[in-house]
Amino acid sequence: MEKRIGLETSIAVAEAVGLCDADVVAAYPITPQTHIVEHLSELVADGKLEAAFVPVESEHSAMSVCCGTAATGARTFTATSSQGLALMHEIVFIASAMRLPIVMTVANRALSAPISIWNDHSDIMAERDVGWVQIFAENAQEALDLTIWAFRLAEDRRVSLPVMVNFDGFILTHTIEPVLMPDREMVQAFLPPFQPLQRLDVDNPITMGPVGIPDIYPETRYAHQQVLAAAYGPITETLEEFARHFGRSYYPVETYRADDAEILLVTMGALGQTAMEVVDARRRRGEKVGLVRLRLWRPFPFAALARVLDGARVVGVIDRAVSVGGPVGPVASEIKAAGYGASRQPPIMNFIVGLGGRDVPTDDFELMFDRLGQVAAGGRVGEPVFVGLRE
Amino acid sequence: MAARLQEGSNVFVSRLLPRDNWFVSGHRACQGCGEALAVRMIHQVLGRNTMVASATGCMEIISSSYPDTAWSIPWIHVAFENAAAVASGVETGLRMLMQKGKIPSRRITVVGMAGDGGTADIGLQALSGALERGHDMIYVCYDNEAYMNTGIQRSSSTPYGASTTTSPAGRQSIGQQTWKKNLPMIAAAHGVPYVATVNPSYPMDLVRKVERARSIRGPKYLHVYACCPTGWRLAPELAVAIGRLAVQTGVFPMYEIVDGVLRMTVQPEKLRPLKDYLKPQGRFRHLDDDTIARMEQRLHQEYQKLLRREGLQL
Repeated sequence: MEKRIGLETSIAVAEAVGLCDADVVAAYPITPQTHIVEHLSELVADGKLEAAFVPVESEHSAMSVCCGTAATGARTFTATSSQGLALMHEIVFIASAMRLPIVMTVANRALSAPISIWNDHSDIMAERDVGWVQIFAENAQEALDLTIWAFRLAEDRRVSLPVMVNFDGFILTHTIEPVLMPDREMVQAFLPPFQPLQRLDVDNPITMGPVGIPDIYPETRYAHQQVLAAAYGPITETLEEFARHFGRSYYPVETYRADDAEILLVTMGALGQTAMEVVDARRRRGEKVGLVRLRLWRPFPFAALARVLDGARVVGVIDRAVSVGGPVGPVASEIKAAGYGASRQPPIMNFIVGLGGRDVPTDDFELMFDRLGQVAAGGRVGEPVFVGLRE
Repeated sequence: MAARLQEGSNVFVSRLLPRDNWFVSGHRACQGCGEALAVRMIHQVLGRNTMVASATGCMEIISSSYPDTAWSIPWIHVAFENAAAVASGVETGLRMLMQKGKIPSRRITVVGMAGDGGTADIGLQALSGALERGHDMIYVCYDNEAYMNTGIQRSSSTPYGASTTTSPAGRQSIGQQTWKKNLPMIAAAHGVPYVATVNPSYPMDLVRKVERARSIRGPKYLHVYACCPTGWRLAPELAVAIGRLAVQTGVFPMYEIVDGVLRMTVQPEKLRPLKDYLKPQGRFRHLDDDTIARMEQRLHQEYQKLLRREGLQL
């Protein structure tokens, strides 16, 4: 049974972790992630969740503790943001290469300097190549649902990889929204007990994390690449299964009024919600505009995205991070790479918006669609546009 | 068994240890590696119901080169600075899985291990966190007094006057110019139930301390004298003798701190001259008599300070 309640997104995510009966939560406080782990420590303190809450002394140790607990076969959760994610970076790499199915919420936030506690995607873009499954939620319901799903996928023996569930700091973490909260029976029916591929066990001793000499190292990296790419199948399967259990469908790439659209805008994260309003307004004016919401960031959904973008006259890509010294933002860069060599590739225009918590009002979307309209009419794509920049 | 035997009694020590080895031969340690010796002996005492979280360093390199392993107990290596955190995780994971009935309940000893660099320098924060949180684990620091794995660079645990590749002796320098960081006392300051210095040249004492550490719940810290013939420019056949000299000269005092109370466990009647300890080691070859005298003076001060604290609540 699901109950409809109003909850802050962070609390909804913590409740989801509780419903998943996590065995261990290890976390260090950082804004704007704190409400999640605060609520989890309350659930543990009140005996509502039978788990160990390990209040570590840094994010680096948070991920290190998670590696240790996951290696014993314990269902493990942590959450972080920004500088915390950057500090744990070293161990984030190792967790996936050791195939430890940890689930981590990343409340996306800008990176220093200057220090900013507000939202953008700088933190997660710096973790692009860490070998985790990386997915984005756009609202409280999605954050809750994808957290439950993340455990299921991570622990799928075909995958056995850690999963990051991203959602926008403050914009979502601190926002109260109505959510449908499933009960424990529903979650248990969807999420079987964790049976790890291998675990630290005195009866079957194994050596985990050995030295990889040049004779073996390339094969391990290749295997990691293969397993993450092959995770795409289990990802779509488990999302379909989630839909059967809970009635809510999620896809690696989602669209809004995109079928006959000539102008497409690609977003990732909470901005999609605002963008849909502008799409509706423009559609009412007869403009053939549509929205593509990129939900799955790793493994990158090349084929699904190519199908969606095919036929568009121009594609705008929103980035919430800067690839300093690079050609375009990281999302645009990926999408350009995805289309490179295709017989028909629409021009791709890159917009960089919402850095460090700068608000992105509907006017900014109007501007982006205007610029895309000019390109559709034969205008030049040009350099990435920093929308709303004060000069 | 072993605890009843006196140090120095004329008994072949390896017969007193349990026969089963959990850190087995075939690893790639240098000749005379004090760390490998200590690791083997400690795990002979701890036995099969043990799991190890190891830091990056010599021990991980020599014992775990895929597809070989010298470990016949569960062993995990994640990174350099986080052995204490990973061990915390292993302990926590096992505890919760047992509590929730997901694995059979039994006593498993969780060991975190690192060298002096991985403990005194880059891993000090993770160690402090783990000790403060009170995990039921034994943390073992194998102190070979420099970053030996990367090529003998100085650490904060390198002794004063030692020449290393980043504290080289030269015309303007006597080598390491700082006094060794006192890690066991830093560990003890966390108020943990058991801290001890351990030396494989004193196997009876080692066995007793490891048994004691295993019997106590909560965080335990063992600081192990681990001679490195390669890094110390020492003849490998002197590996055991140098450990004895370290104790006889007062360089490596042997004590344990149980619930905050310090007790010397091996105590020479009279300290031998420091020179006896320094002489066989190439890393101290450049030191002149004046410097050695200064070092010895401080050494004796520190040693007396320790003796004065014996029996007191620290």
